[in-house]
Parts: sequence; C-alpha cells; structure tokens
Amino acid sequence: MTNARCLLWSLPTLLFAASANASTSMPLNMTRGVTEISQQVYQLHMTIFWICCVIGAVVFGIMFWSIIRHRKARGVQPAQFHESTKVEILWTAIPVVILIGMAIPATKTLIAMEDTSAADVTVLVTGSQWKWHYKYLDHEIEYFSLLATPREQIANKLAKGENYLLEVDRPLVIPTGKKVRFLMTSDDVIHSWWVPAFAVKKDANPGFINEAWTRVDEPGIYRGQCAELCGKDHGFMPVVVIAKEPADYQVWVAQEEARIAAAKAAERELLAMSMDMAELMTTGERVYQGWCVACHQASGNGLPGIFPAIRGSQLVLNDRRAHIDIIVNGKPGTAMQAFGRQLSLKELAAVITYTRNAFDNNTGDAVQAADVYAVQQGKGE
Amino acid sequence: MSAITHEHEHDHDHDHKPTGIKRWLFTTNHKDIGTMYLVFALVMFFIGGSMAMVIRLELFQPGMQFVEPQFFNQMTTVHGLIMVFGAVMPAFTGLANWMIPMMIGAPDMALPRMNNWSFWILPFAFLILLLSLFMPGGGPDFGWTFYAPLSTTYSNDSTALFVFSVHIMGISSIMGAINVIVTIWNMRAPRMTWMKMPLFVWTWFITAFLLIMVMPVLAGAVTMVLTDKYFGTSFFDAAGGGDPVLFQHIFWFFGHPEVYIMILPAFGIVSAIIPTFARKPLFGYASMVYATASIAVLSFLVWAHHMFTTGMPVFATLFFMYCTMLIAVPTGVKVFNWVATMWRGAMTFEVPMMFALAFIVLFTIGGFSGLMLAITPADFQYHDTYFVVAHFHYVLVSGAVFSIIAAAYYWLPKWTGYMYDERLGQLHFWCSLISVNLLFFPMHFVGLAGMPRRIPDYALQFADFNAFISVGGFLFGLSQLIFVWVIVKCARGGEKATAQVWEGAEGLEWQVPSPAPYHTFDTPPEVK
Repeated sequence: MTNARCLLWSLPTLLFAASANASTSMPLNMTRGVTEISQQVYQLHMTIFWICCVIGAVVFGIMFWSIIRHRKARGVQPAQFHESTKVEILWTAIPVVILIGMAIPATKTLIAMEDTSAADVTVLVTGSQWKWHYKYLDHEIEYFSLLATPREQIANKLAKGENYLLEVDRPLVIPTGKKVRFLMTSDDVIHSWWVPAFAVKKDANPGFINEAWTRVDEPGIYRGQCAELCGKDHGFMPVVVIAKEPADYQVWVAQEEARIAAAKAAERELLAMSMDMAELMTTGERVYQGWCVACHQASGNGLPGIFPAIRGSQLVLNDRRAHIDIIVNGKPGTAMQAFGRQLSLKELAAVITYTRNAFDNNTGDAVQAADVYAVQQGKGE
Repeated sequence: MSAITHEHEHDHDHDHKPTGIKRWLFTTNHKDIGTMYLVFALVMFFIGGSMAMVIRLELFQPGMQFVEPQFFNQMTTVHGLIMVFGAVMPAFTGLANWMIPMMIGAPDMALPRMNNWSFWILPFAFLILLLSLFMPGGGPDFGWTFYAPLSTTYSNDSTALFVFSVHIMGISSIMGAINVIVTIWNMRAPRMTWMKMPLFVWTWFITAFLLIMVMPVLAGAVTMVLTDKYFGTSFFDAAGGGDPVLFQHIFWFFGHPEVYIMILPAFGIVSAIIPTFARKPLFGYASMVYATASIAVLSFLVWAHHMFTTGMPVFATLFFMYCTMLIAVPTGVKVFNWVATMWRGAMTFEVPMMFALAFIVLFTIGGFSGLMLAITPADFQYHDTYFVVAHFHYVLVSGAVFSIIAAAYYWLPKWTGYMYDERLGQLHFWCSLISVNLLFFPMHFVGLAGMPRRIPDYALQFADFNAFISVGGFLFGLSQLIFVWVIVKCARGGEKATAQVWEGAEGLEWQVPSPAPYHTFDTPPEVK
C-alpha cells in the first residue's frame, strides 16, 4: 500500500514532466492574447485557477493526511462523531464569500466585452459550410475566406506545412488600435467564430445577428478556428486575421476596392467573350477543388445518402438548364448552397463546364459566362 | 431429513420462476431486472468505448488516416449517446433495482411488470440507434447535443431513427423513475422514516424526480427536430419564424439536470462506501440530504451556461453565471462531509474504497474545472475546446463511472455470494486510475492551447499531446477488460461471502444472506 501511495503522489508530477517534454511548440496555458480584454480574461482564468489550487491543496491535504494517519492498519479506534452544525455553516459560508470575490471582476470584464458601441470599423462575418465570408460595411469590400491547406496534406500525401489547417486563401484584415465590431451570422448551420488571441468567440446563428468587438494593439497574424460543430468539415474551417497599422490598413483597403472593382468590370466584359474549353476545364478544376470537393468528393461520387454523385448524374447529363440553375441558386433545404452569390461568372461557367465533362460525364458541352448570366437573371437559355 | 430439506428449499424458492431465456424475458423480480440492467450497461460501455477507441485512433496523428470526417462525427455522436443513455443511466437504474428494495426493507419494486417493460424496450432502442450507422449516409453525425439546424435541414436520412430511439430511451427512463419514486414513497419498512433512509436511496429519490421533469423535455426537443425535418414546421428555422437558439434552450433545460441525474446516485454510492471502510458513521447526514436537494433545484437554473457564446443578453448571462457558481457550494459541502467522515476513522483500502477515494479527488478536479467554466469571460476561451472535454470526462468517467465500478465491487459479494479477487481488483483500480489521468489530464492543456473539440484533424502543435492522450485512451480501454475478468470470476465462484461482507457495513442489505435470496423481506424487517 505504501508503494501504491507513492505512485498516486508522483502521478501528477510524472504527468506534468511528460507533458512538458512532449511538446515544445504548444503553449501549456491559455494565451494572454493581444487585446486589453484578452489580458483581463487571462487574469480571470489565472485567479480562478489559483483559487481552485489552494482549495484543492487544503481539501486533498486533509484527506491524504487522514488516509495516512487514520488507517486500521495502525491500530486506531474509529471515532464516532457524525455531525456539527457549526462546521456545516462554516464550510457553506466560506465558499460563498470566495465566489462573491470572484464574481465581481468577472462581471466587470463581461460587461466590457458586451459593449459594442462606438466602433471604428464594422465587419459582417457570415459562416457557411465550410468557409467564412467577410463584408466591410464601411467599404465596398467583401470576399470569402477558405482553407488554403491542400487536400493532399490532409490525406498525408504531401508533407504538412507549418500552419497546417490554420491557413486561408484570403485572411480578414483589420486596423490596429481601432475598435473593430464584428456582426456574426450564418447562411446554413450554426458556426462559431473564434480567435483566441482576441478572446472573441461568438456563435454565428442562421437568421440572427450577434455582435462582438476587439481592439488589437499589436500588428500580426492571428489564427483561430470554427468552434461549433457545423458538419463534416467543421475541423477544416480556420479563421486568419491580419492586424495592420492604420496607414497600411488604408493602403490595403484601397487596393482591395480597386481589385474588386476591376473584377466586376472584367465580369461585364466576359459576357461578350467566349472562353475555350481548356481554359474552362483548368479553372473549373481549381474551383471544384476549393468549393465542391468537401461534399461531392474528389472522385465526383459524393457520399451516398448525404451528398449526391456528380458522376453519371441524370441532372447533369440530361438537363443543362437545371444543372446551371442548381449551382447558381442552390437547392433550398439542403446543404447545396447558392453559388451564384459566391463565385464570379467566370468561375461559375468554368465549374459547370468542368462537372459536365469530368467524372466520365463527357457531355462535350462548354458553358459560357453569358449562359450563367442568363440563368442568374431568370431567363431561360 | 430429505423431506425437511426439500421443504426448506421450497420455502426459499417459492417464486416459480421459469428457467432459461423465459426467466429473463418474463421476470418481474427486481434482482433479475437489476442484473439485466447492469449487464446491458456493461455491454454498452464496451460498445461506446470501442467508438472512443476509433476516435482516439484517428486523433493519434494529424492528417486523416483511418476514417472519414463524416464517420468520425458519427463516432463522437453515438459514443456520447451510448455512454450517457446506454451505459451510465442504465447502470444506475440497475443498482437502484437491486439495492433500493433491499435498503428500505421492501420485497420488490412497487411496479414489477412496468419494471420488466422499462428494461426490455432499451435493447431495441440501442439496436435501432446502432443499426442506423449502417444506413446509406450513416447514423447521427450532429453531436449528442444534436443542435438544430445541423440535425434538421442538414442531417442525413437516419435522423428519424435517432429520434425514435431517443423516444424509447426516454420512456424507459421515465418508467424507471416512476417505479423508484413509488417504491420509496410507499414500500419502506415500518419505522424506516425519511431521514433514516440510506443516502443512496435519497439521491436516487431526488434523481427520479429530475428524470420525470426533464425526460419529457428531451422528448419534446427530438419531436420538434422530427417535425422540422420531415413535416415542414419551423421551430428552429428563422425563415419560418423560429430560432435555432431556442433548440439549445430546450435541449439544455433537459441537458443540465441530466448531468446531475448522472452524478447524484454516484454521491449516494460514495456516501455508502466511505463510512463502511472508515468504520465511522457518515458525517453530516442531514446536510448531505439538503445539499443533494439544493443541487437538484439549482440544476434547473443553470442550463444556459452551456450557451454563453450564443449571444444572450448580458443580464441573462450574468444570472446564469452566478447560479452556476452557486452550485459549487452544495457540491463542496458534500466533499467536505466525505473528508470529515474519513477523519479519525479506522480506514482500510479494499477496491470499493479505492475507487471511492479516487472518485472524491478526480470528481473534485472536474468540479474545479467546472467552476472555471462558470466564469463567463473565461468560458469564451474554454467553450467548445478540449478543456470542456477534459472537464466532463473527469466528472463522468472518473466521477460517475468510477462510482459505478466502486458500487459493483462493493455489492458483488452480496449479488453473487462470493468475494471478488482482491488482487485483480487492485490491479484494475491502479491501471484505471493511471490511464484515466493519462487520457484526460493532458486534454486540459490541449484545450487551453486552443484545440476545438469534435474535430477529426488538428494543427501540428497539438500532435504530441494527442498521441499521448490516445495512448492513455487505449490503456484505459484495456484496463476495463480486467474488470470483466473480475466479474466473471466472481460470478463463477470463490471465497464465500458472509451476510455482512464488510466489517464496517451497516444497513438492511447486509442483514440478508449472501447471495441475497431471490425474494427478500417477505415480512418487513426490524428497523432500529
């Protein structure tokens, strides 16, 4: 029994030593973060942690003392006392006092976290399966942010990069030193937008808008993830935020506005042009890998019972109009989203062409931007 | 002589029970039904556990190795459902069936036919749930909390089967709870007054009320999911005037009392074991009863602490934070009372006592992390990370499950008539204690470092810890095979147990012979 007790005692030490050696890169505690609020949260976390440690040390200390001293093997006679109202009142009252002491700073921080007034910048964050969309309400800027880690890395066919699963194609960009307000919503299921360094985690509920805010002091790249189970690729929906100095941020805003305006102009020109098959197929494959592959799979076979196959699909093979329509307008009540609002005309035309010709579908059809546009406008082909 | 022996046997065996499978199918005997519940729970513990092994296998290394994300989600979902509804709750019901009549001096449960029915619908509920995994599109994959609209608009075709099986589980639980309440209320032996009842009876009495109050709420939630998905209602769909957050309010109004349903009977078990092996009466019996009752009342006022990030008004958030912190007070009282019971006792450390002591320490650690989670601003960082996974596995595995294992060792001699193998039991204890901590303790760190729960793949920084956790998981799974070995060995024979079994044991169940005869207390016992 002595050996056993030694083991029990050394267990936490062993564990801690083992866990400290196991990884040098992973922090062993909550991040302090880079905002005033996140520092306060860290302080609350540490305060309640140490309170628990002290209570634990006292209670377990008395318990183990008793286990060592008051054992039958030492020939002790058991006492027979079994109640004391005074003691009961005491160990009810003391925790109440400790808890009140803890509740006061927690309340203060919470109220500060909920004050979203007087924001300098407002961003509408919309989650959907499985990507984030950012819309700057003060500028003509909006874009989707998708996982940038190649599928081959996830499937262990390529070596994993440094920011495996925590990298996106287009990060959110915010200015430092300004109060940034986030409006959160969702297009389908509930998601949760979380950046640990800001201590911001807020659910994105479909049909409702939640608010959160942050004021980041240090420029840098901050990474987080979706925190609410949102279906199959919940684990592949990272958040990346770049905080830039206000001057750099203004430069970025100008560039981004110019880029989006240029893309819109190109869209209009595209209507009159016709792209060749090879270009459509190359672009189409890229779009498919980014936007479609999670459900319909790289094989085009889908997942039986949940996500329909594209290979040999009657809709694709027999009804060109319906094929364009389902991609542009989605299928309400299912996970098939309205990609007409998410992709450019060029990308839509390309991915429709691709799915009509890849996976042995071989319709030989090229769908042009103008065809997609016609369906988008509610006109037949 | 032989005539007398025959007469004597007949006297003890006047139950006319059928033999073979019919005995178990048609039994109305509380001991038979208790045994079936316990065996069922053990089988489910291993089925749910094997799903946990799949989860840990996939998480052993970053990247997708063994299963698809879709199947991974089905594993986390069904693992949770099976462990909650198939392992922990039936195990407690089994213990209630076996022990409550014997503890209060009643001949059987008050409603024996309903007792049979409430058990026998359970295997079918879980058969439906498990078979749904083999449907095209797979089984439920939206987490055991089945948040809408993931479980409605976006779920796969097997959702109706999930709803149906949860309904059956709920009906079974409600019937079991009614039986417990009616038995305790009406069938106590003369002079077994309320404040003389053993704490296991008290905690189960309060648990049964919680069950009756919240299981219909769960039934309502799954029915609304059913009609939203198949019949065009919009309870949880904003496009039709509903609200997805409403689902969470309804679910957690069931879900939080459910947490206490899984821990209050554990308190009762530990309150039986500690005094026995400390050879000293339970300290603060009355305050233990009041603490249990206050935990039960508070459990209805804290549900939204599962929803701090859903965007509730700040005053609602504050209310739920304060109420949640308050729960620490009666829970603390319980722990203090157990320690005070040990103080100046004369303790020995047989396997039930070892598991009970481990329960106190590890459950308290789970309580501490629970207190941390109550602090709303900090919860924004902990919520939906492995810190939460660590927290509820500490209270459910090293809490509820350890208490059930302790109860099994404590009462096995009474059930089988033989002592279990003490050396094997100690081996089981130490293997379980070490592996459960290797498994769940590092999860605290992984969660604080920012790893979300319910993900099949993770960033590289979490790799070493996850490998470590997986090894702990496999060891814990293997350790439970020792438990099966001990039970089988004990059921087949061994050292004969006395009626009292444990030197310090007190209570009516220790006054009947071991094994307990098929019928006990045909005439009410003398209660002092």
